[in-house]
Amino acid sequence: MTSTALPEHPDWLWRNPEPRSSYDVVIVGAGGHGLATAYYLAKNHGITNVAVLEKGWLAGGNMARNTTIIRSNYLWDESAAIYEYALKLWERLPEELDYDFLFSQRGVLNLAHTLQDVREGVRRVNANRLNGVDAEWLEPDQVAKVCPILNVSSRTRYPVLGATFQPRAGIAKHDHVAWALARRADEMGVDLIQGCEVTGFLKDGDRVVGVDTNRGRIHAGGVGLAAAGHSSVLAERAGVRLPVQSHPLQALVSELHEPVHPTVVMSNHVHVYVSQAHKGELVMGAGVDAYNGYGQRGSFHVIEQQMAAAVELFPVFARAHVLRTWGGIVDVSPDASPIIGTTPVENLYVNCGWGTGGFKATPAAGWAFAHTIATGEPHPLNAPFALERFATGALIDEHGAAAVAH
Amino acid sequence: MLLITCPWCGPRDETEYHYGGQAHVPYPENPADLTDEQWAEYVFYRDNPKGPFAERWMHGTGCRRWFNVLRDTVSYEVLTSYRLDEPRPALPQAGGNR
Ligand SMILES: Cc1cc2nc3c(=O)[nH]c(=O)nc-3n(C[C@H](O)[C@H](O)[C@H](O)COP(=O)(O)OP(=O)(O)OC[C@H]3O[C@@H](n4cnc5c(N)ncnc54)[C@H](O)[C@@H]3O)c2cc1C
Ligand SMILES: [Zn+2]
Repeated sequence: MTSTALPEHPDWLWRNPEPRSSYDVVIVGAGGHGLATAYYLAKNHGITNVAVLEKGWLAGGNMARNTTIIRSNYLWDESAAIYEYALKLWERLPEELDYDFLFSQRGVLNLAHTLQDVREGVRRVNANRLNGVDAEWLEPDQVAKVCPILNVSSRTRYPVLGATFQPRAGIAKHDHVAWALARRADEMGVDLIQGCEVTGFLKDGDRVVGVDTNRGRIHAGGVGLAAAGHSSVLAERAGVRLPVQSHPLQALVSELHEPVHPTVVMSNHVHVYVSQAHKGELVMGAGVDAYNGYGQRGSFHVIEQQMAAAVELFPVFARAHVLRTWGGIVDVSPDASPIIGTTPVENLYVNCGWGTGGFKATPAAGWAFAHTIATGEPHPLNAPFALERFATGALIDEHGAAAVAH
Repeated sequence: MLLITCPWCGPRDETEYHYGGQAHVPYPENPADLTDEQWAEYVFYRDNPKGPFAERWMHGTGCRRWFNVLRDTVSYEVLTSYRLDEPRPALPQAGGNR
């Protein structure tokens, strides 16, 4: 899977049917998660009378806006399980979907700049290995071998004291992932309906029986929310309160350069993450804006800080030009882990709270969410990520591994 | 970058402030009587509206005091700011000079 020829244009990849008045399952949101859920509902559970409703265009939300980093080096067993399952699915998906989405396992370095970073990193490497996740601790000279353009001198403001390295991590071309899933879901009978905004829910007592949309009323046996930054405003309309907050998260790209950056580098401490896309752009992200927002744009000082960090870590970037910046709206949960499972309302399921890091989970999120919707019960992968954990206290605190960076 | 008016120091850039989340979330009156669900509400659940939102900000590089801001989470317009001992102001009339 190393061809660089681009797959066919999306217009040919799926039908654009009119919404019908009723489906077995309605998924709200045609981002990666909604599409993967529809794909696995059809493939794993034989449920094909499914509609995915998207208010904008297919995969035009965070799916089109993320920095495409895929890794599974999370701290806790529950997270390692779901992200590593996702990584294993990523490794076979291009072949399964017969679509080259340029999944490139070029590895990820998570840099340490303080003694505490070092300790946290070493601890995470050990935890990862116990969970069967590939992970190594690298000293600064080893870091420089993996990524020669990285400045590991001891004379920077926050010197690189080492890094965790996950060789199987990487990047993939996000919109091609969406198109690949969409094509297969469509072939199996799923209706992908763009320009269709869910505005409310039809309820029969404590049960959801359909949705209201700008294109009419649609009845459904089950409704799955995969609406990322908008999950809480939607759930509220169904009478469910979610403990998530929506924040703007920005990213940017440079103009094209010859290949200089062989891996993915992330730093939680100085807050930047960088990879080089296949075409040659440097792709960079930073932290979320502190405040809540739905505006799909963020504050300029976040970009300024991220640029300062990038140029200190990568002196060769100093003369690169920023070509484009943009923002997405991410839903952040109190323990920096997703919420995926049933809700107090019967037949209403939620997949949200992936915050800044849900792209990497796309196939596993879809796999587990499809299972939950098909059976009414969580899959072992998502059982720990239930809404109830905020009342039981069984939190999965991934701030260290997910943080604002991811 | 937002321009936020500290009630004591006047309008300053967002970078001078620290964000503190939703305003007007009182500590439970009878903490010993709360169920786990009610504790979860208090600790983890906050409003997340699309539109005007009352939130707390602290003027970190200025007077270091906390105050409240009414801000639109869609347009990012700062509608007004007020002291902690003042009630949430009524929203300015639609179409008025905000
Ligand atoms: C700048 C940025 C960088 C990121 N970088 C990474 C990264 O490197 N690695 C990583 O793992 N993750 C990353 N993420 C996070 C990742 O993009 C998200 O966690 C993930 O995309 C969320 O799932 P999704 O793909 O289904 O969301 P989305 O693609 O946002 O899908 C949700 C869809 O729901 C639709 N919708 C919302 N409301 C309604 C409604 N009422 N009716 C109908 N449709 C509706 C939206 O239009 C949207 O298309 C990043 C995010 C951003 C913003
Ligand atoms: Zn002040």
